[in-house]
Amino acid sequence: MIVFDGVTKKYPDGTVAVHDLTLEAPTGKITVLVGPSGCGKTTSLRMVNRMIEPSSGTISLDGKDTGRMKASELRRGIGYVIQHAGLFPNRTVLDNVETVPRLVGMGKKETRDRAMQLLEQVGLGADYAKRYPSQLSGGQQQRVGVARALAADPPVMLMDEPFSAVDPVVRDQLQDEFLRLQDDLGKTIIFVTHDIDEAIKMGDQVAVMRVGGYLAQLAEPAYLLAHPVDDFVADFVGRDRGYRGLSFQAAPRLPLASERTITLGESARDVDDDWVLVVDGDNHPLGWVEPRRIDGEVTSERLHRGGTVARASGPLRAVLDAALSSPSRRGVVVDDSGALVGTVRPHEVLTAIEEAERPVVENPDNPGAPAA
Amino acid sequence: MTWFIDHLGEVWDLGRQHAVLAGLPLLLGLLIALPLGWLARRFRWLYAPFTAGFGLLYTIPSLALFVILPLVTGRGILDPFNVIVAMTLYTVALLVRTVADGLGSVPGAVTNAATAMGYTPGKRFFAVELPLAVPVISAGLRVAAVSNVSIVSVGTVIGVQQLGLFFSDGFNRQFYDPIVVGIVACIVLALLFDAVILVVTRLLTPWLRATGARA
Amino acid sequence: MIASTWQWLTDPVNWSGPGSIPNQILTHLWYSAIALFVASLIAIPAGLAIGHTGRGRFFGVNLAAAARAIPSLGLLFLMVLWLFPKFSGSSGSAAFVVPSLIVLAVLAIPPILAGAYAGVEGVDPAARDAAKGMGMTGMQVLRRVEIPNAMPLIFSGFRSATLQVIATATLAAVVGADGLGRFLIDGQKIRDYPQMAGGSLVVAILALVVDLLLGTIQRYAVSPGLTGRRTSASRRGRSDGVSGSAESAGRSNTPLDVEISDPRRTVDSQPS
Repeated sequence: MIVFDGVTKKYPDGTVAVHDLTLEAPTGKITVLVGPSGCGKTTSLRMVNRMIEPSSGTISLDGKDTGRMKASELRRGIGYVIQHAGLFPNRTVLDNVETVPRLVGMGKKETRDRAMQLLEQVGLGADYAKRYPSQLSGGQQQRVGVARALAADPPVMLMDEPFSAVDPVVRDQLQDEFLRLQDDLGKTIIFVTHDIDEAIKMGDQVAVMRVGGYLAQLAEPAYLLAHPVDDFVADFVGRDRGYRGLSFQAAPRLPLASERTITLGESARDVDDDWVLVVDGDNHPLGWVEPRRIDGEVTSERLHRGGTVARASGPLRAVLDAALSSPSRRGVVVDDSGALVGTVRPHEVLTAIEEAERPVVENPDNPGAPAA
Repeated sequence: MTWFIDHLGEVWDLGRQHAVLAGLPLLLGLLIALPLGWLARRFRWLYAPFTAGFGLLYTIPSLALFVILPLVTGRGILDPFNVIVAMTLYTVALLVRTVADGLGSVPGAVTNAATAMGYTPGKRFFAVELPLAVPVISAGLRVAAVSNVSIVSVGTVIGVQQLGLFFSDGFNRQFYDPIVVGIVACIVLALLFDAVILVVTRLLTPWLRATGARA
Repeated sequence: MIASTWQWLTDPVNWSGPGSIPNQILTHLWYSAIALFVASLIAIPAGLAIGHTGRGRFFGVNLAAAARAIPSLGLLFLMVLWLFPKFSGSSGSAAFVVPSLIVLAVLAIPPILAGAYAGVEGVDPAARDAAKGMGMTGMQVLRRVEIPNAMPLIFSGFRSATLQVIATATLAAVVGADGLGRFLIDGQKIRDYPQMAGGSLVVAILALVVDLLLGTIQRYAVSPGLTGRRTSASRRGRSDGVSGSAESAGRSNTPLDVEISDPRRTVDSQPS
């Protein structure tokens, strides 16, 4: 657990970067610091490994005051991932990953095995080991950055906008992979971003900070979306927050209607409906067709693919989206194997949302604080 | 100090000649290096041979160049023309790469935008590329200026009229004052050149001042 | 002229005995090496310190710029005049050689200093930040990250210093020391132009050969990750859509990298 206790950073010229920050980053969880530029989020992060020294207050790591430790020793026990990866251009990928284990004097063989295994874990095979950073794409460099931070198996990781410098598709991929990795590793992580969507996605808890280094709100993502504490947070969390909040609500039992289906190659002539759903041999939905417009058999080219597909066990947001995006206005719902379960109409989803429970305030004195 | 005051006129005269011998080649060298540097940019395969080839000129000892050039130009050994040619060669040696790199430092997006707006290559060079390359070219020119002032004084060995004559004068008479005066005069002249180039650069690059960046 | 220069260059008389071409080449190299060694001893640690700490930059940079403006010949005469009495007891040519070496070292310091500090300063701030963040001490950051990544520019500064020193070491002959300058000075005295032309040709070739040698050493001393040279294992990777840019440092592999001609590196080394 990382604990900020009344931490302030004030520069000689009088600017206050962080103002009396008190915050707990629980063990094994991701705590996201999010806010506009100048809110002190990166300064807060860098005070944990003492890249920046606090002006007052203490930061403790599992009860030990970091200010009393030797800075270099402290840092070797903390994984550190930064925006542009900061790989050493003169070293191969493998040598980069081995940096910290070698600094702390870990055995050669052990170091090598661990580094190779880590590269594998972040999705870079053995062929990448001997390459130099300049031969990697931005996304690959960032994967190496993550592997390097994990190399000495530190219990704590600091991640400063680690995925901001890559394109949105790769970013999404890296986020998903990292969350999967974290499921196994259970590191205590402080994660800085300026992107509220990333914060909501990555965080077990999210700390919204405002310019001047103030903590505006600390809450679990769903709670943050539902109950912004003031205008600033509401504004920062942004539009569509009602809709995005549905991401955190599992779909309740929905009144699914069974759907008449046809398979590819069949004729749709005797279907008496504006739209009919086409499935493959395993009953996996492929798309919709309009029987009126098709004379012969249904071919792949005639499929309307605009509708999204929601898993019955997934969040309400996906179900609502499936209903809204379907050309027939009947949202396609599948089970975990991808086989069709039934369809649902938008008003039925909305009714379900209205009936669903709102998130509960667990601690009225500090709304949004995660349950202890 | 009294030696300096007594010989003020002489310092002034030789200083002026030194300034011409070091300064004129800067302008000539720049004029020659501009098209050469442009060629090295325009045709990439010329870059390596051009920069290396002209750089080679710089390895010729000035002492030798001063003596041998009169044989090539057919002028008398004391004719300042020879020194001007020699110094122009050195300036070109330094500036070809500078000009090429300076033009290369212009962001591709800018030249692309200029082309897209309908600039012909020639117009684009003078209206867009050259002005943006000024900071880099000017930096190279400053180095060449300082270097030229120092090299011109080697002309002493063959007796060319310039500040270096104070060195040999003092050396032959085992007398410090002229040497020190000569050195100080050379440094002052070098700083003067440097200041002039800086001022001209500032005037040519108002956009750098606007953003507070350094020239 | 060309024919007679060739004749001088190929005359066996000039290739053996004291004062012969090989002897003068060795002396010339010896002077240059000592001057470069002394200059490196001063300029590299100073440059690394300035680049690493960011302190003393103004002072160091301006001092180097001022050193560049000192006319070598004037300094040489001054040094000889000043040091000659101090060496009057010692035998040999020390009274001429030591002042020459000082002048050459002063000449070599600015480019070496500029290369060292620009190299360290130019290290990717993210790499430096990561190194510190991983728990490297200041010295470890310098030794393991900053110096290896500054190597291309350190070499570049050293190579341009070498070129200037080899060309300028001819001046030592003006005050009576040996070296390839002897052919220029002696030739001038007796109007033996082939000897002068031949001598300067040897100087230019020597400078070129030494630079090529240093370029070769540089190839092996600088990490391939910086030069853009590719290992065979990595070449395969380029084809599968991997985007990556070779560092511009590859440029310093060109045979002649006169530091003065790379203003982006020396832009700050002038008084401003």
